[in-house]
Amino acid sequence: MAETVLVKGNEAIAMGAIEAGCRFYFGYPITPQNDIPEYMSKHLPGTGGTFIQAESEIASINMLLGAGATGARAMTSSSSPGISLKQEGISYLCGSQIPGVIVNMSRSGPGLGGISPSQGDYFQATRGGGHGDYRTIVLAPHSVQENYDLTMKAFDLSDKYRNPVLILGDALLGQMKEPLKKHSYRKKEYSKDWILTGTKGRRPRLLKSLYLSEGELTDHNWLLYKKYKRMKCEIMFETQFLEGAKLIVVAFGSVARIIKTSIQMVRDRGMKVGLFRPITLFPFPYDALEKISLSIKNFMAVELNTGQMVEDLKLAVGHKKNQVDFYGRPPGSIPSPDELYNEVKKVYKKRIG
Amino acid sequence: MKQVFKRPEALVDVPFHFCPGCHHGIVHRLVAECIDRYGLREKTIGVASVGCSVFLYDYIDVDVVEAPHGRAPAVATGVKRACPDNFVFTYQGDGDLAAIGTAEIIHAANRGERLTVVFVNNTVFGMTGGQMAPTTMAGQETTTTPFGRQTDTNGFPIKMAELLSQLPGTTFIARAAVNTPKNLMRAKKLLRKAFEVQTENQGFGFVEFLSACPTNWKMSPEQANKRVGEEMIPYFPLGIFKGELK
Repeated sequence: MAETVLVKGNEAIAMGAIEAGCRFYFGYPITPQNDIPEYMSKHLPGTGGTFIQAESEIASINMLLGAGATGARAMTSSSSPGISLKQEGISYLCGSQIPGVIVNMSRSGPGLGGISPSQGDYFQATRGGGHGDYRTIVLAPHSVQENYDLTMKAFDLSDKYRNPVLILGDALLGQMKEPLKKHSYRKKEYSKDWILTGTKGRRPRLLKSLYLSEGELTDHNWLLYKKYKRMKCEIMFETQFLEGAKLIVVAFGSVARIIKTSIQMVRDRGMKVGLFRPITLFPFPYDALEKISLSIKNFMAVELNTGQMVEDLKLAVGHKKNQVDFYGRPPGSIPSPDELYNEVKKVYKKRIG
Repeated sequence: MKQVFKRPEALVDVPFHFCPGCHHGIVHRLVAECIDRYGLREKTIGVASVGCSVFLYDYIDVDVVEAPHGRAPAVATGVKRACPDNFVFTYQGDGDLAAIGTAEIIHAANRGERLTVVFVNNTVFGMTGGQMAPTTMAGQETTTTPFGRQTDTNGFPIKMAELLSQLPGTTFIARAAVNTPKNLMRAKKLLRKAFEVQTENQGFGFVEFLSACPTNWKMSPEQANKRVGEEMIPYFPLGIFKGELK
């Protein structure tokens, strides 16, 4: 089973989903995620699963809602404008507590934007995205291997919390090819005492998000809030070179991958720079960053946008007199490791000397 | 003494919230009768829509998932594909199915999903207070057509049964009314057929029910019932548009 294959990031997600027992995929074409529906259309039928190319992103998220309501493992994928269309359904999934995995191989906006890598959907992903006071778990892989591993994890988390889980990547993570070590997966079983199967031998079950009676919706929202709090135990992040670091670079996803090279370059020149890479964007690792900020005063957020995650970084470390710098690259071009090396060096010289 | 009439088992014994003279209650009963008739209560999954019919789950004693506005046929597609042995139906009004949900109903029908769709057409958005629906009759006054529906600017009342019957994926498409005992008896037969095409795995079944909405039509129940026969049926003819009764 520990076979190594050379695959695209999008294919790794599809492979991880099937390995994790996903048997229902509903999608609609949009670049740069088309390899996912194409892979699913080819490989799901052989597993006894169902692939539907829906009439729209709206229909596909609602098909996922229907399949998820029966306890089936289901996935949909799209890219930024398509994810905007899915937000209605994501809000209903959260309100009705129906699991499902949603992949956003994001492209650049606003509007039709372009298909180049971007992290412009960070706010949309981490703040709920649709209407209402809700959250989805957001996983941010930075390699083809992580695309595979985190997709499997996404299905477990989704079942565990009865909540949709979002995988946030971009064209870089979807299109690049890397060696992938396949491995087997053991499905975690969670309580299914809520799924719709027909009422044989029990009272009818109802999955809904409409609460009109006095106080009912307040209680429902507090219940969801408590669930989002409980998700904190799922926080994941990666750190490098924290020991003795004077500046911590904070980056996720594709740009974190690029900046790993840049950080090695600045360290080779004697600058004490560390890396903090959030893997769960919601829940965000506020506490871990705050703890680091008690001994390290300088932080730098690097993103492929004009500044979104940096706000969470400031919430985490913005106490006392910590410095938070930011380098952002709006969509349209990808920064090279050399360019990011220069940006990190600039901040290091300014803050540390 | 022989009991000749009773509440269907699939119908919960609570008062409906529907306004006096509304036909939803009658259509709910017909749905429940069909669920009983084919012994489907324990294997049915209903999909509720948005509008006056959203409280379907308070009355029909089966598992129910609530769909976003207009999306019931997509939700039902997901349910039915995951549980092909269950009986799956949607219950949608004309705002839901014929306005915001046109894409979902057309494509679910065109894929030939094994679903039964109960469509209630009362020519207005009822729940929100009687605004114009795609099915609003030409000249009809609503809260958003205060001078009557003008077809040159608001378009024409849409005939969903005829439209869907053009799709090769559909199996049984009909329009019924429950305004008279005769129409009601006919409606029962049509709904049974829409159930059977699913239970016999033949394909997509759809029945449009013309319904009165006395509150939003600003009529008495009696006047509203009369309007169904005098104004709606001439424009929305009753009958079978695809398939046939055995």
